[in-house]
Amino acid sequence: MRQRRECARFWRPKAENLVNPAKTEDDVAAIAKRWKNKRGSLIMALHALQDRYGYVPREAAMSLGEQMDVPLARIYEVLTFYNYFRLKSPGKQVVSVCMGTACYLKGAPLLLDRASEELGIKPGETTADGEFHLQVVRCVGCCGLAPVVTINAKLLAKVTGESLEEHLLSPATTEDGKA
Amino acid sequence: MARLTVADLEARVPARPETSDKPEIKVGMSTCGRAAGAEPVFAALEGELKRRSLEWRVMRTGCAGMCSMEPLVEVTLPGEPAVMFGAVTPEFALQLLAACTDGRPLPAEKRVPGIADLARVAGEPVGDGDGDGPPQYRIVMRNCGVIDPEEIDEYLDRGGYKALAKVLSTMTPEQVIEELKVSGLRGRGGAGFPTWLKWTLTRESKGEEHLIVCNGDEGDPGAYMDRSVLEGDPHAVLEGMIIGGYVIGATSGFFYIRAEYPLAIQRIERALRQARAAGLLGNNILGTDFSFNVEIRLGAGAFVCGEETALIASVEGKRGTPSPRPPYPSVKGLWGQPTMINNVESLANLSQIMLRGGKWFSEIGMGRSTGTKVFAVTGKVKHAGLVEIPMGVTLRQVVEGICGGSATGSPIKAVQTGGPSGGLIPARELDTPITYEHLQKLGSYMGSGGMIVMDETDDLVELSRFYLGFCVDESCGKCAPCRIGGTQMLRLLDRIAAGKGSEGDIATIRRLAHAMQKASLCGLGQGAPNPVLSALRYFEPEFRGRLTSGSNRAGCQS
Repeated sequence: MRQRRECARFWRPKAENLVNPAKTEDDVAAIAKRWKNKRGSLIMALHALQDRYGYVPREAAMSLGEQMDVPLARIYEVLTFYNYFRLKSPGKQVVSVCMGTACYLKGAPLLLDRASEELGIKPGETTADGEFHLQVVRCVGCCGLAPVVTINAKLLAKVTGESLEEHLLSPATTEDGKA
Repeated sequence: MARLTVADLEARVPARPETSDKPEIKVGMSTCGRAAGAEPVFAALEGELKRRSLEWRVMRTGCAGMCSMEPLVEVTLPGEPAVMFGAVTPEFALQLLAACTDGRPLPAEKRVPGIADLARVAGEPVGDGDGDGPPQYRIVMRNCGVIDPEEIDEYLDRGGYKALAKVLSTMTPEQVIEELKVSGLRGRGGAGFPTWLKWTLTRESKGEEHLIVCNGDEGDPGAYMDRSVLEGDPHAVLEGMIIGGYVIGATSGFFYIRAEYPLAIQRIERALRQARAAGLLGNNILGTDFSFNVEIRLGAGAFVCGEETALIASVEGKRGTPSPRPPYPSVKGLWGQPTMINNVESLANLSQIMLRGGKWFSEIGMGRSTGTKVFAVTGKVKHAGLVEIPMGVTLRQVVEGICGGSATGSPIKAVQTGGPSGGLIPARELDTPITYEHLQKLGSYMGSGGMIVMDETDDLVELSRFYLGFCVDESCGKCAPCRIGGTQMLRLLDRIAAGKGSEGDIATIRRLAHAMQKASLCGLGQGAPNPVLSALRYFEPEFRGRLTSGSNRAGCQS
């Protein structure tokens, strides 16, 4: 069988790398080297950073700016415009409730309330123990299976309040989203 | 893979004979399929075949369109038509396999209509003539759910890149444009601008270089046909893009894809690598003197980036704020150079138009809306999924015929097309044919292809708030009509929903909407009031009833 890369880009930080400033320099250098002097590559480089750490740490952004010759203000201008980029470390498990129209019609607002209640946090917040981050996403493109919730890279289809609770209570999903 | 030449492609015949002596099994493995549990099904089948040392083909295919019935497994026994099974579990997959090995008939349960039952497919023979065939017609989705999208050979076996070979070896750019003009193809991103005209304008603009962008920033909540095509048949989009590059004289192209679509990104990355290795991208494509390269740029979660000037800013790596037009991107786009931006679905049509001729394409559809359109039909409908129909089929045929009508028992109240810039169509207008013009007349528009079905329990005041709230959230904030107008209108709607509205509020909403439509800088602000206006147009009594009585329910029905 041919080698295939599995899809896990949706959120793919390695747990041990979440906070490891010592290694930042090497990572950033590699990313900067790959994207420097390619036109229109700033967003791609920032994606690479977020893929690595789960968010864009300030130190990494500063170092990237220096190496790619981009002012820090321009980097933050971009980071704060796009919803996808995070400036703070999210929890280990990012729970995203899809609020696309199909999911909305099929009860996503109730699911969001349920998750919020279960985790004791509002959308956009992280639990005190750093375990869960709750957020709303705009359509993950699985409208035929609405309502949809993702936990890290794992996509849950036709979610009910009960099934969501079950997933939140089950042992931590690993980085590639497999329980 | 060795570099291909024009002659290789012209001489290519399918490597596999049509009739195999072994059963063939296909598992739908796009994002929907995986979410519904296709991976364990595939693993079970593969493991069992290995255990029994059987060398049958188990293929991973793209989305066949019947998303609510995933995971889908299609079994083809030698000499027999394919049979499709829905909601397959690993246990059931093993039963299927056992039936095949023991020579027993396939199980009768879990059967669902197969692709051949649902749709005619471009380039494949039709049974008894066009009149009686199934209502769907697949041009864009002709390979989705049929081939393994990760293998370029399978695309080549289905006539892939033959159109490119034909264009490069026998047609001038002017002839391609002429063929497009005859076809009547219009942009599938929603606005319906004639594709040939966009190509001509870009081609004729002067600049240091010409560029082409494929707009895969499918941000409409409730629409996902572009994702399915990118995942299920990436090479078809790429082939269209290379042809476009040849016509406008481009040397570089960019795929702009939403970061929320990881599998689509991965499939396009893979397709680009394969195409480079096969000499379909890079220097001297197919041995001709045409050279062209394609790179990927990712979006980062901004709806406004589907608007073409904002998209350009985003591909350049900047904040995705739109700029005033003119100058249009065809004159001054990426880095100030003439840039042609095409939607995924528009490009996926290209190869078939070039192979079969513009006249063939123009005969499908109705009036000035030629060809087919893919819709993502979701919401309160029995069979949610992707549907590709010739233009001119009525909304009722899609919603009630193909998708089985209401899933909840409550009658259908309205259908929404065009996403957050589109509008509501009440049930009494369901006999309207689907064309750009007819939908516009109803106050909605084609949009990228989301079609959301609502039943009588859905509250349209809440829905208007939902759509407007989306646009207010996604407004980039650059121009005042959109930034301030949207927020004010949302406040009025909040007031009405809470039962604290006053008689004048509805008139104020209409005035604000008018200002936003006329004065906003880009399509986001101009389109944002549409869902509210169309809800008011057809369901004003609901709004009036809520002015003082407030919400009779909390939130939306699940």
